[in-house]
Amino acid sequence: MQYTAINARSEIQRPVSNTFILMSVLVALLMNGLPWEGVWLMLRPDFVAVVLLYWCMHKPWRLGIGLSWAVGIFADVADASLFGQHALAYSVLAFGGVVLNHRLQMFDLRQQTTHVFGIMVLSYSLYAMVHWLVNGYVVWMYFLGCLTSTLLWPPLCILFQAMRQKPVDRE
Amino acid sequence: MESTQSFRFFNRGPSPMVRLVFFAVLSMLLLFVDARYRYLESTRSALSILVSPIQRVATWPGFLWQQLGDFYITQSRQHDLITENEQLNRQHQYDAAQLLQLQTLQTENQQLRNLVDLPLRNSFSAQMVEVSYAERDVFSRRLLVNKGENANIRTGQVVMDDVGIVGQITRVYPWLSEVTLVTEKDHAVPIQVMRNGLRAIVFGSGDTSHLSLRYMPISADVQTDDILVTSGIDGTYPHGIPVAKVIKVERDPAYPFASVTCLPLAGIDNHRHLLVLSDIPGLPERPVQKFEQDNVDKRTKTKRRN
Repeated sequence: MQYTAINARSEIQRPVSNTFILMSVLVALLMNGLPWEGVWLMLRPDFVAVVLLYWCMHKPWRLGIGLSWAVGIFADVADASLFGQHALAYSVLAFGGVVLNHRLQMFDLRQQTTHVFGIMVLSYSLYAMVHWLVNGYVVWMYFLGCLTSTLLWPPLCILFQAMRQKPVDRE
Repeated sequence: MESTQSFRFFNRGPSPMVRLVFFAVLSMLLLFVDARYRYLESTRSALSILVSPIQRVATWPGFLWQQLGDFYITQSRQHDLITENEQLNRQHQYDAAQLLQLQTLQTENQQLRNLVDLPLRNSFSAQMVEVSYAERDVFSRRLLVNKGENANIRTGQVVMDDVGIVGQITRVYPWLSEVTLVTEKDHAVPIQVMRNGLRAIVFGSGDTSHLSLRYMPISADVQTDDILVTSGIDGTYPHGIPVAKVIKVERDPAYPFASVTCLPLAGIDNHRHLLVLSDIPGLPERPVQKFEQDNVDKRTKTKRRN
């Protein structure tokens, strides 16, 4: 049974410090801010969204909808998009993470990833819809981003789990 | 494991659904206020002070890469540099000769204008800015440059490079300002065809590198390789600065308008240094007629949105 394996592993994880959560969000903002251009910009995964979704799923009482919304406001300032555009997308994303929290913990990584794809599509389409309502057009290539964001999910999960492991657990 | 089971008898505040509705409504309110009224610019510039360190750090990889490139070039390609230097010198001499000619022409022009008692077209002043970062928004074509309110930059000022128009300042932060490029979707520049003086408006088409002339009748005298320069009508852009070159004209009799595709002349995606023009002589205020009031409102609204 795969989920028991995951639960057994998560028991030896040390509690996550607030610094770790904050740093991960800051690094994600930084990654989003790297000078991506042209096709690479279209293919860029939304690092902030993936990291927020991770924390909303694993620690919904530490980083929930409210904080995701606040991060979204900062993303709006960084991207010079309309105020609330990222915030709306990220709060819906966080809601998806929080609601699926119990279910996703029981799934293995592959099943999780399919759910993550759904949430990503939802949040990307919200962002695009707001843009469409205000400016009247949509760049369809933009949706490639939710595919790459989903592809980022498994490596990021494995990385974060590894970073959260206790350094000495076999004593 | 504190997260996997939520005991309802511990009070954890409102349920996720309530939170979602609250924050979604809050976002939509902000969206509405920002899109419609632009009241939040001061909040935005205050928050940008918090965000700008992250943005600044994010430019380091690119900066290092550039430095590395410069180092490599100086180390290994001195020969190329020497030839390039020679070429530039030659160009400079050629330009200097032309510049002398220009000065004489200017004085002559001034004299003639004095003769016919026309108001002089004042020259404008310019300040150099450096591109800090390109904006990471798939939908828009914008740049951020390293001078803002501190250098007395204002919205609406024109940005150009050594060849032609690059864009327009659309938002000013304390130490940064945002340039919307001419290739931004629906960004409009009033132009004239240099060959025959035909007036038109060139629009950004939203993809990376093209502009289009809209509403040109099929019979309009536009040819490939025509150079489009600013007409100076509207007072925003100075007169006679190159904007674009026509690369394709399609005349399909099934449509009332010809489809004209142009390429911007300025290196819109190339340079690190740009010029911001200021003190462009304003035109006398446009007489507003009653029945045109609606049109004018609409126009200013779309302009603000850009």
